[in-house]
Amino acid sequence: MYTQSLSIPDGDPKGPRKVENPEYEAEFNARIDAGGFIEAKDWMPEKYRKTLIRQISQHAHSEIVGMLPEGNWITRAPSLKRKAILLAKVQDEGGHGLYLYAAAETLGVSRDELTEGLLSGKAKYSSIFNYPTLTWADIGVIGWLVDGAAIMNQIPLCKCSYGPYARAMIRVCKEESFHQRQGYDLLLQMMKGTPEQREMVQDAVDRWWFPSIMMFGPHDSDSVHTETTRWGIKRISNDDLRQKFVDATVKQAEVLGVSLPDPDLKWNEARGHYDFGTIDWEEFWDVVGGHGQCNVDRLAARNKAWDDGAWVREAAMAHAEKQAARALAA
Amino acid sequence: MVADMTQATPPSLEHVEYVLRLGDNALILGQRLSEWCGRAPVLEEDLALANMALDLIGQSRLLLTHAGRLEGKGRDEDQMAFLRVERDYRNLTMVEVPNEDFGRTTVRNFLFSAFQVLLWEKLVASSDSELAAIAAKSLKEARYHLNHSAEWVIRLGDGTEVSHARTQAALDYLWPYSAELFAANPTDDAVSAAAIGPAWGELEAAWEAMVLPVLSEATLVVPARTPFKTFGKFGRHSEHMGHLLATMQYMQRTYPGATW
Repeated sequence: MYTQSLSIPDGDPKGPRKVENPEYEAEFNARIDAGGFIEAKDWMPEKYRKTLIRQISQHAHSEIVGMLPEGNWITRAPSLKRKAILLAKVQDEGGHGLYLYAAAETLGVSRDELTEGLLSGKAKYSSIFNYPTLTWADIGVIGWLVDGAAIMNQIPLCKCSYGPYARAMIRVCKEESFHQRQGYDLLLQMMKGTPEQREMVQDAVDRWWFPSIMMFGPHDSDSVHTETTRWGIKRISNDDLRQKFVDATVKQAEVLGVSLPDPDLKWNEARGHYDFGTIDWEEFWDVVGGHGQCNVDRLAARNKAWDDGAWVREAAMAHAEKQAARALAA
Repeated sequence: MVADMTQATPPSLEHVEYVLRLGDNALILGQRLSEWCGRAPVLEEDLALANMALDLIGQSRLLLTHAGRLEGKGRDEDQMAFLRVERDYRNLTMVEVPNEDFGRTTVRNFLFSAFQVLLWEKLVASSDSELAAIAAKSLKEARYHLNHSAEWVIRLGDGTEVSHARTQAALDYLWPYSAELFAANPTDDAVSAAAIGPAWGELEAAWEAMVLPVLSEATLVVPARTPFKTFGKFGRHSEHMGHLLATMQYMQRTYPGATW
């Protein structure tokens, strides 16, 4: 899954301060200009480090929160094959979260600090997961559209300037592509089925289409990415990525036999792209601002899991300490 | 599979019943473990629980497919999993009771996976070649589940006062259900006589030898046996089973005949 707009501020992450040094900065910029990677032990401007911590952790949080809307359907999956596929998929999302947290940790922040940011509501995660999964078709549409949009966003990140993040993204992208194909396959099967199944797919597409294209974040005119572009973190603009996604998806919708819920969606010969209707940015900012249908429930679910599990984590620590003491005494 | 289809005599009812028990145990515990998704105490355990659920659902697919073929009524894995009535499920009651907390979930995984390891070790040599092949695959998975859950039983039992108390409570709750594992019955006798698989009662001593040292290392006290009896594997379940099935069967019951 994915974190959306990169320009949404979190709280200020803590971590070791590093001396700003014009000479180092020149070397740093030169390496980025030459297309090289910055590694964990390399000098980097403080703002670069903080920007990356924010972006990688938002991405990790999105993977973790994203387990909830899909997890909502594991126990009700309509066949054993689909249940197994969904379980494996959600497990993959958790795995993405795990190694993205690990990538963030290379920047001098702990997973506990990042978790605290999520649980307190200070850190953001992708707003797409604040929409509810109402039917089984939502599981297919999340794979097709939401993972599809995520892949479009993430492929450029495989070449982002920070090495540990870029390498994590290569693996994430491979798995996400697989998820997208599985989601599309789920929908194809349903479209071959009964009228009720086809209606279920259309209803899910109607609900998820605009939220999916909102995942690319605000229009370029409303979005400031000067530094992230300069630093080779953001390679392609929000609107360009969104256009690419729309162009690719229209044909897939035709093959599937569903309509996309936008009367203004049509091919523009002169531009060589599809035009599409106005995005409801008020809805986008409302959901980002905590007023989506599931914001409160998602955060409550994460907090409950964390609080309910406190005794387990404490037990593991206590046992490890006892073991160490026993080893010392022996 | 071919071997079974071409058997000179049709498979016995007991043979079908025995395979159903194995398949339903895996299915129902897999369903329970999948309820943990997104709710575990740490991310690593979220992944581990999903992984175990996935292994068990995978085992259930093979076993229910096999049971359907042995039965010979043309039922596939999904018809077996989703379209039977409660009385026709043959899982142990222990695997259907609610997860409750990480303590009960872990102790159950431990008690059950120890049993599964012993069972699969025997079934590798089953006269039913399909069952033997499923056992060989499942044995590796069950050994992992056993190692993982045993480590956690020790951590929790020998952790803090709170974790010890919660884990002891989980063991006190689950232990009486373990009697059902070994209860003698005609199905086991027939299957054992045909060298398809062991009577589960034969495994009791080995099971105790496997679980008791771990419980002891976890500083847990094993409860005395009581007259408590459950009958899930004979199709008489707990009050919890109907709710589990209502959730699991929802789509198949709501959209009869649809393909997914």
